[in-house]
Amino acid sequence: MNQIRATDQINTSSSRQGSPDQGSDTLLDVRNLCLHFRTSRGVLQAVDDVSFSMQRRRSIAIIGESGCGKTSLARAILRLLPRNVHTYKGEVYLDGTDVMTLSDEWFRQKVRWTKVSMVSQAAMNALNPVLKVGTQVAEPLIVHERMTKRDALARAREVFRIVGVPEDFLHRYAFELSGGMRQRAILAMALVTNPALVILDEPTSALDMLTQANIFNALKDIKNQLEVGFILITHDISTSSDLADEVIVMYAGQLVEHSLSTTAYRAPLHPYARGLMSSVPTLREDKKLEFIPGQPPSLINPPSGCRFAVRCSRRFERCDQEPPTFTVGEHGELVKCWLHAKE
Amino acid sequence: MANDVLLSVKDLHTWYELKKWGFLHAGYVRAVDGVSFSLHRGEALTIVGESGSGKTTLLKTILGLAPKTKGEIVFAGQKLDGKRGGVEQLRSQVGFVQQDPYGALPPFMTVRKILEEPMLINKFGTGAEREQRIREVMEEVRLLPVNDFLAKYPHMLSGGQQQRLVIARAMILRPSLIVADEPVSMLDASVRVEILELMRRIQTAHNLGVIYITHDLSTVRYFSERVFIMYAAKVVEQAGVDEIVHNSLHPYTKALLTAIPDPDPDNAHRYRDVPSGEPPSLVNPPSGCRFHPRCPVKIEGQCEVEVPPPFEPMKGHLVECWLYKA
Ligand SMILES: Nc1ncnc2c1ncn2[C@@H]1O[C@H](COP(=O)(O)OP(=O)(O)OP(=O)(O)O)[C@@H](O)[C@H]1O
Ligand SMILES: Nc1ncnc2c1ncn2[C@@H]1O[C@H](COP(=O)(O)OP(=O)(O)O)[C@@H](O)[C@H]1O
Ligand code: SF4
Ligand code: SF4
Ligand SMILES: [Mg+2]
Ligand SMILES: [Mg+2]
Repeated sequence: MNQIRATDQINTSSSRQGSPDQGSDTLLDVRNLCLHFRTSRGVLQAVDDVSFSMQRRRSIAIIGESGCGKTSLARAILRLLPRNVHTYKGEVYLDGTDVMTLSDEWFRQKVRWTKVSMVSQAAMNALNPVLKVGTQVAEPLIVHERMTKRDALARAREVFRIVGVPEDFLHRYAFELSGGMRQRAILAMALVTNPALVILDEPTSALDMLTQANIFNALKDIKNQLEVGFILITHDISTSSDLADEVIVMYAGQLVEHSLSTTAYRAPLHPYARGLMSSVPTLREDKKLEFIPGQPPSLINPPSGCRFAVRCSRRFERCDQEPPTFTVGEHGELVKCWLHAKE
Repeated sequence: MANDVLLSVKDLHTWYELKKWGFLHAGYVRAVDGVSFSLHRGEALTIVGESGSGKTTLLKTILGLAPKTKGEIVFAGQKLDGKRGGVEQLRSQVGFVQQDPYGALPPFMTVRKILEEPMLINKFGTGAEREQRIREVMEEVRLLPVNDFLAKYPHMLSGGQQQRLVIARAMILRPSLIVADEPVSMLDASVRVEILELMRRIQTAHNLGVIYITHDLSTVRYFSERVFIMYAAKVVEQAGVDEIVHNSLHPYTKALLTAIPDPDPDNAHRYRDVPSGEPPSLVNPPSGCRFHPRCPVKIEGQCEVEVPPPFEPMKGHLVECWLYKA
């Protein structure tokens, strides 16, 4: 497999200013992305000033507690927005094009599904009960790529093989499939258009452990065989390490750390990321677990300084006064914490 | 030693009847299918199994919330025959911590009312004594400062605080047994450990019997010594935590251990050698050993025919698998 070494670099998009070149190794470059919602109690900052970038064929895990903005970030990238949007701003370069500037129509036709697709939380139950699974998997090809039904089904068959669904399942209905097979069919649907990026939002959390392991085996195969990058969203930290080359840790709507998996799982940088990692129970190792006291702040009027400050054991004066800025580490890792500021 | 047994369960079966068009018999879901064990006073036991393996049904049957089809349950020396008396008596002595704290708490009651209600129903003490008990329990589960929480409603509490309230309610009548159904699976990683440690502390402090149910084998060592592994409505292996983790015997347990990652960057570069297939239907479970359709080491001619009984290849380590026939 294409191993990631500790000496590898995070793609910090060498030129953070100006638009990245087309055809470069950068697949996705997200800059200052905000998605705020209007609610009855005020403006809720679900995604606040998130920037990161990603190389082709990499997989990034986005981890963080429930409600920290993981799904909202994915929705912001995919422009799948609810009605109550208050602010939606920033830049999202996909293959060098800022997709935020495209018209809705163009984005739907040329980007969503064809370049980036998503397997959403609980998608398993979203299969159409009255259409054959094969037809559903082939559908994006017919709609977005104007393929003939015959070609589309042939392509669907090929993708079924890749994700490990027996071919004759093409002709079955969703209710005839087990949970694991349904989830694979959904994955096939996301891959069928050959996108460069697939976003997986909690793709296996409803499945049993053995099935989950089998699906991750399939994802690894796909990653080795196809030209595809993954963003894996999950709050299951152990499982995230089954796919991640890099890890993004989110806290209270913000990205607080982006580092290589070797750093993130072994020696995370941000105090929150550290707390989170040391709270993960391990099966084999008998380590002393720790937990983070307190709870995340409300995303309506969050603290003006560091959002983690009230729970942070390393906090000092500056933390309450100004929001920390990003520091870039030697391998390009990013951390939003004053402890790491180089001054 | 014998009267030290708090709960004993023998050959317990719970089958749910399936009906077609609301009245025609269409088979049974065999949710619990022949489970036996005993739990001593002050002992903590963990039952691990996939979703749908019958864990909740097992607990509900013990609590008298699901009808048992066959088998015997003896609690504190008294046989529970499913008639009202036994169950009522049991309910005041057993605290129940449900899977989903959000669903378990009545939304229109304050913390004080939620904790007072079981005492009112069971005619526990005077008003002052009840108030005293409420404060005591809240301190124990660290809903502190107590005065800040008494008047709050469940939606004003975080997930972790809600689960602590559920635990407080389960303890309020000073039970001798607490059954906890996936008490932390709805909570975030950063608070899970806190709740497990809290339960452990309470268990040792009051010498409680606790049955902890989980689908997450990796939390087990933080809670109890003895572990049961459930697969398709049966307990297929039972042993101490370290035995299970380092010396598991049943092919299903072994597969489960292989499937569970610890957070490790190297995981992304290795495949997990786990059998394919999915847990069987409990309406028409496979013949013989229920794991045989997925088992990589099954013995042809035996495993698909005969149901393996429990073998005890090592003292205190039981396994229902033909490989260990003496
Ligand atoms: N349409 C909406 N209107 C208002 N608030 C919303 C909306 N969608 C999400 N939120 C809020 O935004 C925050 C982030 O939600 P999001 O779904 O992105 O979290 P998440 O990290 O995916 O959580 P989980 O792990 O539970 O899936 C939460 O506080 C949530 O309640
Ligand atoms: N009230 C019920 N009626 C019919 N089937 C049920 C009922 N409750 C649970 N089951 C079935 O019994 C099996 C075991 O379920 P459950 O005890 O909830 O498992 P677990 O708690 O291990 O997830 C499942 O197949 C489930 O669908
Ligand atoms: S900026 Fe300060 S409060 Fe925030 S994480 Fe770093 S040390 Fe802790
Ligand atoms: S009894 Fe046979 S099929 Fe069942 S687990 Fe043992 S070896 Fe495998
Ligand atoms: Mg989400
Ligand atoms: Mg259950």
